[in-house]
Amino acid sequence: MGSWDVLDNIALADCAFEIHGCDLDDLFATAARALADLMVDPETVARDIERTVRLDAPALDLLLHDWMSELIFLKDSEQLIFPDIFVSAAAGPPRLTARLVGGRLDRSRAVLRADPKAVTFHQFALERRGAGWYARVVIDI
Amino acid sequence: MDLATPMKVRPVDDCIWEIGPDAKPGMLVPARLYASGALLAGMDAGVFEQVTNVACLPGIVRASLCMPDGHWGYGFPIGGVAAFRADSGVISPGGIGFDINCGMRVLRTSLTEAEVRPRLGALVDALFGAVPAGVGAHGFLRLDAPAFREVMVEGAGWVVRRGYGRPADLAATEGGGCLPGADPVAVSDRALQRGMNQLGTLGSGNHYLEIQVVPPDGVHDAAIAAAFGITGPGQVLVMLHCGSRGFGHQIGTDYLRRFDEAMPRYGITVRDRELACAPFRSPEGQAYFGAMTAAANTAFANRQLITHRVREVMAHVLERPVEALGLDVIYDVCHNTAKLERHVVDGEMLELVVHRKGATRAFGPGTPDVPAAYRGFGQPVIIGGSMETGSALLVGTAHAMTETFGSTAHGAGRTMSRAQAKRRVWGETLIRAMGERGIVVRAASPAGVAEEAGFAYKDLAEVVETVHRLHISRRVVSLRPIGNIKG
Repeated sequence: MGSWDVLDNIALADCAFEIHGCDLDDLFATAARALADLMVDPETVARDIERTVRLDAPALDLLLHDWMSELIFLKDSEQLIFPDIFVSAAAGPPRLTARLVGGRLDRSRAVLRADPKAVTFHQFALERRGAGWYARVVIDI
Repeated sequence: MDLATPMKVRPVDDCIWEIGPDAKPGMLVPARLYASGALLAGMDAGVFEQVTNVACLPGIVRASLCMPDGHWGYGFPIGGVAAFRADSGVISPGGIGFDINCGMRVLRTSLTEAEVRPRLGALVDALFGAVPAGVGAHGFLRLDAPAFREVMVEGAGWVVRRGYGRPADLAATEGGGCLPGADPVAVSDRALQRGMNQLGTLGSGNHYLEIQVVPPDGVHDAAIAAAFGITGPGQVLVMLHCGSRGFGHQIGTDYLRRFDEAMPRYGITVRDRELACAPFRSPEGQAYFGAMTAAANTAFANRQLITHRVREVMAHVLERPVEALGLDVIYDVCHNTAKLERHVVDGEMLELVVHRKGATRAFGPGTPDVPAAYRGFGQPVIIGGSMETGSALLVGTAHAMTETFGSTAHGAGRTMSRAQAKRRVWGETLIRAMGERGIVVRAASPAGVAEEAGFAYKDLAEVVETVHRLHISRRVVSLRPIGNIKG
């Protein structure tokens, strides 16, 4: 199971994540969970909507960028938050299929946190580390 | 001079520091930081790195600038100003920010604090209900795609023509609330889907809607304050800080990716991927300019719709006709844009793409595009502070036109990360403490309030004093908050 930390002193006005995954699937799923946790307390979001997302990109790091951007897009366009994520990702060629489980944001029930604007390329990194994968992502809020 | 800064700077004048073009390979012009000694010493290393990276971008003229509230941004520093030749220079989304036309609007009222204070709690509650804030918020105006495309082109005027405002609101808005060159064709369907339901919403982060008051010592220039309709201490004003919401954020995201892929075709390399850019006159550059301008116009429309809601709510809560409350727009100004402007550089009048990222236009007296009512003394400038400390109104100067392409600071500037601020104070604790100091706060996210605590920002008074000393804007009025709505 992957993990994430919030980094101080990288993005004073925003939020920087350091994400660890035991494999690529885990890295992408953990990144999505970190993003959901940034936006809202995941325990206050329903699990009554399921979506499938398929993405491909010219490079693996761009796939991560597009993946997190897609989740921000779903938050704004349909008010959907997906705390439970199951990802199957491949490095070559870079592509993923994800099953997203969550719900429409009920502002009377949800504990709201930040409202992300965009995934930045600021100190953006995705690389193998030991037996697993590592990413650093700064979110503009 | 031995200053403990991350790069070698030399003083060139009072509060002006320069990093020479030999500081980094590829610099085409020097970098200039506008700051008091204390503000310069407090600037993070990222500012120095980023302001010199910007100095490497093709077509930049004179210098890469950073205003006194500068701090680490993406690509450009926040507080960054850079002008590029329109004929041979670039345009970069990193010089504008994801929140295109994030900006400030201030309204004067005919009310005093004594009149508002007894109903302040009810007023802040009602405003919080009427102006959606925070994650997942959507506005009261439901538009289809063709109507939203009209907003992209017509800006605040589209909103006013449908009854959500006054013609005078447009005259008191930068560019009349509608910048030329918007191109809805250059906007993705995703941007449309993201932004269409968000007109009239505040957002989160450092965005706010505030009820403010002129403090006893708050009027610094009585003549100009009178022209703003500010008569003296105790007068209540309303200030908005927000931008183009998800629509602009998506345009920034779309074109950052598109420029990232386009740069090799133009032989452009940049030191930071967030500086992705394209020649202004290229198809990509023109498309971004058209889409960015569309987002800027929707931001004007957004602030106009919020203004309408503020008028409705204040009339209802205070049980007076809206006309009796004043609530006239003093000014609305962008602080995240790129605009085509003409400035004199080395004795030659040039058409420039002036990027201001977390920097406010500050045009001086007599400049076209400054409303007639203000043209005699300069364009109003709104500098927003933290939710605890207050804000300031200033005017642009003739000196700003020659020194900073007519630009000044936009806010206090952060000194501490959001995570650090949250470790120092609980949101609920801060809201209670502010209440005890007479500031009523309603927020969609209490944690977000902790992130915006006053101690996480630079000293606004120092920033304002510095731009005043630099003669790039002139101090007019200080304001302190009494009611705050946050995302």
